[in-house]
Amino acid sequence: MSVKSITRFLIISSAALFCNTANSQILNELGSVHGNFQIDAAYYQKDTIIDADPGSELFRYNAFGNINYSKGGFSAGVRFESYNPPLLGYLPGYKGSGVPYRFARYQHKDIDITVGNFYEQFGSGITLRAYENRGLLYDNALDGMRVIFTPKNGITIKGLVGKQRTYFSLSPGVVRGIDAEVNIMDLFDSILGKSKTKVIIGGSFVSKYQEDQNPTLVLPQNVATGAGRITIIRGGFNFNAEYANKANDPSYQNKYSYQQGHAVIASASYGTDGFSAMLSGKMLDNMSFRSDRDAQNTIAMINYQPDFSKFHTYSLMAYYPYATQPNGEVGGTGEIQYKVKKGTWLGGKYGMDITLNASAYFATDTIGIAPINDTLRNFKYSTNYSNLGEEYYHDFNIEITKKLNKKLKLTVMYANQFLNQSIVQFNTPDKEEHPDIKSHIGVIDLTWRYKTGSAIRFEAQGFFADYDYKEHAIDANGNKNITSNTGSWASALIEWTPNTHWSITVADQYNYNNPVISKRVHYYFGMIGYTNGPTRVSVSYGRQRQGIFCAGGVCRFVPSSSGLNISISSSF
Amino acid sequence: MKKLLILSSAIILSLSAFRSSDGDKIPSATVKKLDGSTTNSNTFSNNGKPIIISFWATWCKPCKKELDAINEEYAELVKETGVKLIAISIDDARSSGKVVTDVKVKGWTYEVYIDENQDFKRAMNVNNVPHTFLVDGEGKIVWSHNSYAEGDEEKLFEHVRKLAKGEKIAGH
Repeated sequence: MSVKSITRFLIISSAALFCNTANSQILNELGSVHGNFQIDAAYYQKDTIIDADPGSELFRYNAFGNINYSKGGFSAGVRFESYNPPLLGYLPGYKGSGVPYRFARYQHKDIDITVGNFYEQFGSGITLRAYENRGLLYDNALDGMRVIFTPKNGITIKGLVGKQRTYFSLSPGVVRGIDAEVNIMDLFDSILGKSKTKVIIGGSFVSKYQEDQNPTLVLPQNVATGAGRITIIRGGFNFNAEYANKANDPSYQNKYSYQQGHAVIASASYGTDGFSAMLSGKMLDNMSFRSDRDAQNTIAMINYQPDFSKFHTYSLMAYYPYATQPNGEVGGTGEIQYKVKKGTWLGGKYGMDITLNASAYFATDTIGIAPINDTLRNFKYSTNYSNLGEEYYHDFNIEITKKLNKKLKLTVMYANQFLNQSIVQFNTPDKEEHPDIKSHIGVIDLTWRYKTGSAIRFEAQGFFADYDYKEHAIDANGNKNITSNTGSWASALIEWTPNTHWSITVADQYNYNNPVISKRVHYYFGMIGYTNGPTRVSVSYGRQRQGIFCAGGVCRFVPSSSGLNISISSSF
Repeated sequence: MKKLLILSSAIILSLSAFRSSDGDKIPSATVKKLDGSTTNSNTFSNNGKPIIISFWATWCKPCKKELDAINEEYAELVKETGVKLIAISIDDARSSGKVVTDVKVKGWTYEVYIDENQDFKRAMNVNNVPHTFLVDGEGKIVWSHNSYAEGDEEKLFEHVRKLAKGEKIAGH
């Protein structure tokens, strides 16, 4: 951390201290100051058994603090961030400290102006989404200016221009966008009267400019994308659809293909007391859109290609997660939720919740050379929309939750998953090195509330890889060149919350039939957490298995690690 | 380690300094109703009665546990104190379509909004969900709590009852 940033922070802190000495009456007139912060720090150990090697920098941390000031319609804020170096598994480019986020905003009646950094989303995000997820260290904030104009109830017009954050600086391309949304019923309420059906239509146009410095290719410097969308809501029924088109946009991501991009996204849902059904589908073809055509990972992404697959919270269910394939995919997700009524044979005294969820995603059926196989920069291909390509992912799962009596609550869950990991995670057709992962996963989760405010939770999970090990025989040293299939896992966890402040967790994950015999080891883990109001502190120690974490449609690999972790977060 | 110490002490210093500013009004941000229309958070009101603001997400198990636990006593609590619960979903484009189905199937009668790009979450300085706030009859934020442990709702009910009687809540 540089001396400059510390000084900056101390100045802000002492300014705050000064405010504190003023009495609260004056403070109210001066406006209010609020903020939050979080520090996640780790002291890593080398652990040869699980191949955890933190290198020479054993102490690492991710930290940030926001300070916001507001008075009436005016607000302003800064965020200080520091990673020296970032925790293992985060992009090393974040190494450093600074104030990458600062803004001033004024809202008055029909106008809302922001200068500096801001986050924004147009429609489903397919043309533009400047977004942050601090836990995943995903931050594509725009730095520029935004105006939101609401001339009449039911009409919203947004215009913006700026450059996107890339680590502690900005990406080279300029992003310009406009979005308009009309809530037809709100607009014509006075004429049509209160309608039960709501119809909202919207359209967006986003363009980027990046200079062409490529010595061999003639690259488009301005690339535009446009989209139209509609939402219809009536009672418990919801329908959403958006269509987007992108001009030719050769990039590192699409192997410099001059193909245009298309996207169709639609979802429908129905919900009533005790029952709901939802279906989402999408077809994405070459819609990756970045303000730096050479960027990788989560850097400089202008848009968001939605992912509807279930966001699992049990660790082994999420061991091989899916992420939208930026070059193209077709698929959908459906979900049915049903609440069995109290007092029925199945429902018993307290009722029972059942959730059925299914997802399946495939490659687009490309004719000619698909970008993934294109080594010759054969810039164009055509897509056969009536057919599906190879399977990328599926996840069929069922979850049942039932309160057994006043003290016991049980959740059981089963999933059948498939992941084409060579394409989805490693972006290569090499199936020998990265075989498809087929699995059956089971979870049992039991909470025992033994007295008011005190509970013990037991959790058992099993990940059963459906995989033919004979085919990939192991050599005399027990080493087979399978780097990305770790076989089956079993895990157990006990979490004790003696009161509402403290929690103690112990867990073990056992990689009991890793194809490499020497890697059949235990990943033990212990954690103590303390919460008081908005403040949370936790200390944990143990092994963390390698895994894939996905954010914004891009997955990143987090290596195995072992060590001590401390996390502090609060808001004020 | 030294770096961390400097950083944390700077932060803790500022934290202690800002404590006295508790009791501010709900900040301004645009949130979406389940019928698709938008509204500003600074218009949240409950006729001089307390408001619970609870940040949650469809993928957050503890959040749903908390809202379910509150739901079991909610009708009675409303009758007794006139409280209103405003549930703010921070689901992003991936899962915001599930908010309406989750709310319907669970039979929650809360006022629900979607904070799709987390404008309101940022304005309220929420780090992680669940995060629950209490707003008194004058529209001032007087209490907040991060995370959920079994039984946390009892404390919340206690605070709501105090607020409804016009009493102050001591500390966190």
